[in-house]
Amino acid sequence: MIAEAGLAALWLAAALALLQLMLSGIGLAGHKPDLLGAIRPVAVAQGTLTTIAFVSLITLFMRSDMSVLLVAANSHSMKPWLYKFAGTWGNHEGSMLLWVTVMGVAGAAVALFERALHRETHMATLGGQAAISLGFYAFLIFASNPFARIDPPAADGQGLNPLLQDPGLAFHPPTLYLGYVGLSVAFSFAVGALLTRQVDAAFARAMRPWVLAAWILLTLGITAGSYWAYYELGWGGWWFWDPVENASLMPWLAATALLHSVTVLATRDALRAWTVMLAVIAFSMSMVGTFLVRSGILTSVHAFAVDPERGTFILVLLGLYIGGALALFGWRVGAVREGAPFELVSRETMLVVNNLLLSVILGLVLIGTLYPLLTEAFGHKVSVGAPYFDRIAGPIALILMIVMAAGPLTRWRRDRLGEVSRRMIVPAIVALLVLAGLAILAWGKIGVLPFLGLIVALAVGVASVAPLWKRNLRRTPLFTWGMVIAHLGCAVSLAGMASDSAFTVEKLAAVRPGDIVEAAGWKLRLLQISPVAGDNWTALQADMEVDRNGGSPVILHPQSRFFASPPTTTTEAALLTRWNGQLYVVLGQEADEGRWQVRVWWKPFVTLIWLGGALIALGGALALLGRERRGWLLKWRARAVTA
Amino acid sequence: MRRLLIWLPLVLFAGFFILFASGLLKPDDRVITSKLVGKPLPAFTLPAAASDRPPLASAGLVTGQPRLLNIFASWCVPCAAEAPQLMALKEAGVEIDAIAIRDARPDVDRFLQRYGNPYSRIGLDARSSVQIAIGSSGVPESFVIDGKGRITYQHIGDIRADDLPTILKRLKDAR
Repeated sequence: MIAEAGLAALWLAAALALLQLMLSGIGLAGHKPDLLGAIRPVAVAQGTLTTIAFVSLITLFMRSDMSVLLVAANSHSMKPWLYKFAGTWGNHEGSMLLWVTVMGVAGAAVALFERALHRETHMATLGGQAAISLGFYAFLIFASNPFARIDPPAADGQGLNPLLQDPGLAFHPPTLYLGYVGLSVAFSFAVGALLTRQVDAAFARAMRPWVLAAWILLTLGITAGSYWAYYELGWGGWWFWDPVENASLMPWLAATALLHSVTVLATRDALRAWTVMLAVIAFSMSMVGTFLVRSGILTSVHAFAVDPERGTFILVLLGLYIGGALALFGWRVGAVREGAPFELVSRETMLVVNNLLLSVILGLVLIGTLYPLLTEAFGHKVSVGAPYFDRIAGPIALILMIVMAAGPLTRWRRDRLGEVSRRMIVPAIVALLVLAGLAILAWGKIGVLPFLGLIVALAVGVASVAPLWKRNLRRTPLFTWGMVIAHLGCAVSLAGMASDSAFTVEKLAAVRPGDIVEAAGWKLRLLQISPVAGDNWTALQADMEVDRNGGSPVILHPQSRFFASPPTTTTEAALLTRWNGQLYVVLGQEADEGRWQVRVWWKPFVTLIWLGGALIALGGALALLGRERRGWLLKWRARAVTA
Repeated sequence: MRRLLIWLPLVLFAGFFILFASGLLKPDDRVITSKLVGKPLPAFTLPAAASDRPPLASAGLVTGQPRLLNIFASWCVPCAAEAPQLMALKEAGVEIDAIAIRDARPDVDRFLQRYGNPYSRIGLDARSSVQIAIGSSGVPESFVIDGKGRITYQHIGDIRADDLPTILKRLKDAR
């Protein structure tokens, strides 16, 4: 019953999306902005129905209804409830349902809460959102029906990939999807504005909070995903340049660029065409990423059930939406007037450079990701890995960081180079000090990129708080705080990355109980290896007594876990977090009689990577709150005046 | 200039679209073929893997007659499934040598006793180093070696009954 209700809700939502699209088409063609009043409730109803469908699927998973194919193929009645719940989106169909749910809810939110946008553009935006949703509804209903039944029902399910059986699954995919798909709103805004030719500062101010919200969630999702991969895979790395990671990074890069260019448009009414372009590109990157991962044309650790028919379906959607939006761009953007001019030395220029550098990184990541596909078309097989991405994207990212430090210290419209340099003096001194310190302590011991990374991170860290210098902190607007904290987060994250690659100590040893492994001042003594049992797994667990320089010992429990359904072994790393780094211990296989492989890393300040990510998201949240609160305050004051 | 720039994104996307479509259309090819097909065997010397068969060295494979080089292991299930076909090839007069991968002599002896022994010589490759050198990525695999010691054909996976004509033809071509 629930499955049928879910499917019915999906069909109804699709029908409403069609209605929404037609209504906004009629409204636009006949210049009847009043139709917006009719479109709004349709969008809200559509969002509600998708939510109902999604909740239905969650219910089926929670109940372990084995007459539903998707549940039988991906769940198991013995699984802990959290993974039954989160397992809803741990598969292709469920995650696509999450995708359309986010899209429907985002559309409903635009209908409910957007008040600043010009009415006709608003109508066109809702029409655009409906058009995109429609394609994905079709994809879900015709090519990935999550509610399909099997007869007879399965005795029990086939279980969820054990790598996914982690609390990370409950958090990472939904946040990532909220961000990923949330960018569809910016896409629809851009399409709407192109249709009505109203690209101006007011449009940018209306679009900014939506971009910001999606970007915050995307940042959180990527950060959480990185930490999850770090501790779950047991490889000690936090970013692998896997196609799926790149698929999430590329929309983030585009959204970051968009966030900055939309600010230029909102503040100075410049960069009109460019901002619209970026809004189209950001969500296009989300769709391209989804296509690359789901069609199976690139291989990745994130294996989804690969199906060329689905790949073809998504490719058609890609062609329709991205091709359509870009064609609309070419056709209409000529009519968008040039924005306001600005001087060479100005914050606008800094932001343009920021945008260019972000776009270059985006382009390089895209090329690196697609290169294997390109060479395969000519009969060669290659794989592009971390060395390419690190070497190509790393230096540009460092330059970007320096621009990021200088940007907020440069005035809008026009500034003087001498003035800007003067404001950068303190960070420059910090950079020189760090350079001198590193040169004395670690010259030749660490790579060029981590070396430069440490210098830039510390200098930019100082520079990013410089905009608060000599300001009354209590009167500093919240969005300025937001910018400062987000920029500081970038520096913090970079410091963690550089420190991890410069100073990590790795040790691989085969030990018997009683033996000691030493790494970076840590002493690890293997006490014993014993079997332990969990809800749906059994494990071999090592008890390791760990202490540093004679401090009080801590017992760590790295595990090698065996899951029965599906039969898999996973490594559960044991992590010990200290203020200055993390100890990362992995239990490997039994080497020979009674000796066990143990891999130990000491990673100084590695946690800064994710702390930085969290700071970036926090900064975004403060900026969003600051802008919105100002809007509410203004509205409230205006109301008080009229009353 | 501006007009051109405006259409550039669409043109680029069209390029990507074609690339994606070609990626989708290409047949799914997950077989890793050896780069050494058509080239001489790399030099190697391996100890004997079975009690009653001599060891194997690359020099010994240059005999003026085509031979089959079978990569197998006693722990490999498809290798057991392949055994009858190898016996059939042996009865058809094919000289078969073998390399046992990550194996131990007692295990190989037991395997041969149970499934038959079509091999003239068997080398033991305890660390898969020769396997990697000749470009084999799994067990079982079979290589046709011509009289000059060159690899002329690689068969990936177990040899099924309907593969026999192909193998025999390849051996004949290698003469």
